[in-house]
Amino acid sequence: MSRKRTREEYEKTRSFRLKQWVDGSRDPFLDRIEMKPKKPFTEPQEVKERREVDRERMLSRVYDMNRNARLREFHRLYQVFAVLFCVILVVMLLTAVSWLPTVGAEDRPVNNEVAARYIENGLQETGAVNIVTGMILDYRAFDTLGESHVLFTATCTVLILLRQDKKRKRKTNDRMYEPKNDVILQTAARVLVPPIVIFGIYVILCGHLGPGGGFSGGAIIGAGLILYLCAFGFEKTERFFTARTYKVMSFCALACYSLSKCYSFYTGANGIESAIPLGTPGAILSSGLIFVLNICVGVVVAGTMYTFYCMFRKGGY
Amino acid sequence: MELVQNFPFFSIILALFSGPLCSILDRRAARRVNTAVILLIGAMSLMVLHFTIRTGESYVYQMGHFPAPWGNEIRVGQLEACMASFFCIVMLLCMLSGRRELEREVQTTKQNLYYVMIGLLLSSLLALIYTNDLFTAYVFVEINTISACGLIMIRQNGRTLEAAMRYMIMSLLGSGLLLMGICFLYDLTGHLLMSNIKESVGVLAASGAYHVPLLITICLMSVGIAIKSALFPFHAWLPDAYGYSTLSSSAILSSLVSKGYIFLLIKIFYRVIGFDVIRESKVINVLFVFGIMGMILGSVFAIQENHIRRMIAYSSVAQIGYIYMGFGLGTTAGMIAALYHILSHAATKSLLFVAASGLTDVSDDRTDFLGLTGAGYRNILAGMAFTAGSLSMVGIPAFAGFISKLLFAQAAYETNRKLVLALVALAVSTVLNAVYFMKTVIRLYTPGWRAGLAVSGARIRIKDQPLKSAMLVCFVILNLILGLCSEPVVRLLAEGLERFA
Repeated sequence: MSRKRTREEYEKTRSFRLKQWVDGSRDPFLDRIEMKPKKPFTEPQEVKERREVDRERMLSRVYDMNRNARLREFHRLYQVFAVLFCVILVVMLLTAVSWLPTVGAEDRPVNNEVAARYIENGLQETGAVNIVTGMILDYRAFDTLGESHVLFTATCTVLILLRQDKKRKRKTNDRMYEPKNDVILQTAARVLVPPIVIFGIYVILCGHLGPGGGFSGGAIIGAGLILYLCAFGFEKTERFFTARTYKVMSFCALACYSLSKCYSFYTGANGIESAIPLGTPGAILSSGLIFVLNICVGVVVAGTMYTFYCMFRKGGY
Repeated sequence: MELVQNFPFFSIILALFSGPLCSILDRRAARRVNTAVILLIGAMSLMVLHFTIRTGESYVYQMGHFPAPWGNEIRVGQLEACMASFFCIVMLLCMLSGRRELEREVQTTKQNLYYVMIGLLLSSLLALIYTNDLFTAYVFVEINTISACGLIMIRQNGRTLEAAMRYMIMSLLGSGLLLMGICFLYDLTGHLLMSNIKESVGVLAASGAYHVPLLITICLMSVGIAIKSALFPFHAWLPDAYGYSTLSSSAILSSLVSKGYIFLLIKIFYRVIGFDVIRESKVINVLFVFGIMGMILGSVFAIQENHIRRMIAYSSVAQIGYIYMGFGLGTTAGMIAALYHILSHAATKSLLFVAASGLTDVSDDRTDFLGLTGAGYRNILAGMAFTAGSLSMVGIPAFAGFISKLLFAQAAYETNRKLVLALVALAVSTVLNAVYFMKTVIRLYTPGWRAGLAVSGARIRIKDQPLKSAMLVCFVILNLILGLCSEPVVRLLAEGLERFA
């Protein structure tokens, strides 16, 4: 049995507020989110004129197709050759593909002793239930060592390109226009970030037991960190993660990777038995070095993703 | 297994390790670490070279607990050890001679990143030299590409950013083609280990099966690496990248990075596909034609250039053309000549870049030829070094360039149809080389008052720049060693090539 409420009582309930929000008669977020209005773009008259004159002059000097016959020819040839190049490449590749061994056929050259040993002996030899992880981090660990350094190289190159010195504050610093205290985003982030990061850690730690591993888990953690950064801004994240943190973390991870592989390459090549036990397959602490290497790769990947985002967003953190 | 045999793997890991280590150090410590690492790796490579000469065989080093087709392995022989030690020496000289420019042109906070890039670049070069696995080669090609790009753009002005962009696009196209080639090869043979691929490819070529995809694979790989090493029609990225980046970058890029790729191509020819299959596929004839076009047109572009470092860069296009012409001859002698030219060009081109920067230093940083008038008098050592480098490039006896041209000409005599074309191209290219290098040298030794110009610029004596001067002398000595004691080097290369496949 429902009882009839008075108007005042009704106005205090959630359903009335929901109705208002649906009607659009009141915005519940008004006066709650602090939004800094974007400064209108102004430019002094003379700067504008100079820019326009410069642009005119550049266009007339460089791109003046009417007078610059060579450039006009070049552009025409360029288009023709670009199309030709693409067509030739596509035709060549399609021809090659059509001549390749049939996909799925039993007698393909790739079904040889190499793949057979990975599948049949992978578990005994590497101790990893996930054969792919065993392959990339034990059989062919040297390639993966190179691959994780590729990520580090790429991050350093991006640092070279985009990092700005803190002393020289540019006007393009977009920290001023960041939305602050966005309640929806912050609430969502508060709920989502911990599970995302924990899930990432799980994927890394169980990389040798099931689908996953350092690369995918690191990417998940990186995504979680980026979400946290979007919600709470650089001031919060810089308390625990700066460029220095990234470098020290990557150094530790990569050094750990290099040293442990140094050990296993040296013992392997010199015919010394490795002292690292493989453990029982399926247990969390098993499969020898793979467990450690997965963590190293995960750390590097997470740092790389986060650094890329920070650099492209504002060139420093 | 002796301890020395572990050194190739130690040097790769050490160089890889030095990269992240430099990133957390400040710039001075990073510089010291970098120099120490290059020195150590050079010493280790020399010991490996001594070991391989003593035993006279190449050996396989297993990377990990699993034998080759399952795990990774590297293979070390005379040729590899020789290349590795030579690359280390040249890299050390380039880094030391470009130190002042680096400190002046690169932001202080980013200088340690430069040493990061150098460490990673060195490791990738070493890995390309030693690896016996095609996919490992690709992984390290990636490191090489990205770090070379970083080396170009660390001096940040508009030209280098544009150059880095072009380099990135062209180089990634090359990597992509190379990767597709590797994929096709894997699909056709089921292997990534070089020796196993060669076996399977031999069977395929003998039976005639999969002829079309095999041919396309060879094309893709050759073109991919030709793009990355700036063979003639793909050279558009080169002049800006070499001409405007900081000094040690241009020296290292021109003398080492492109050579690393060329060495990989030699490895693909000899160890992956087999040289007989390559010769029958006629792909080398295409390389021969483009090499010859590069030899001549590169020199023509260089003559038209009015910027001294871009001129030297265009000269690189011509010299890369020489190397590919050597491949194109299709004989072992041609390949030895190409290998020797890799060494002589690396020694000479870095010398020219360093000397040219010494000359622009005394001309108010002007790089055009009018500004350089009489620079040879203002910086005597740099002038002499530039002259020595020019003489070597033109091919005057006693310098390295002469021997490589001689070897090319001798190799050409072993072929029938390509003889005339190769000799004519050599002659024309030599004359063109002489035109632009002698033009520069004459300009350097024309006194300003005689030319009626008011040329300014402070004099620089040897004691003002002791490090750079010492390095210039080292470069000239390296050049003279290659030119005067060529016989043991050529014998070393020939023996190494024999045991390479």
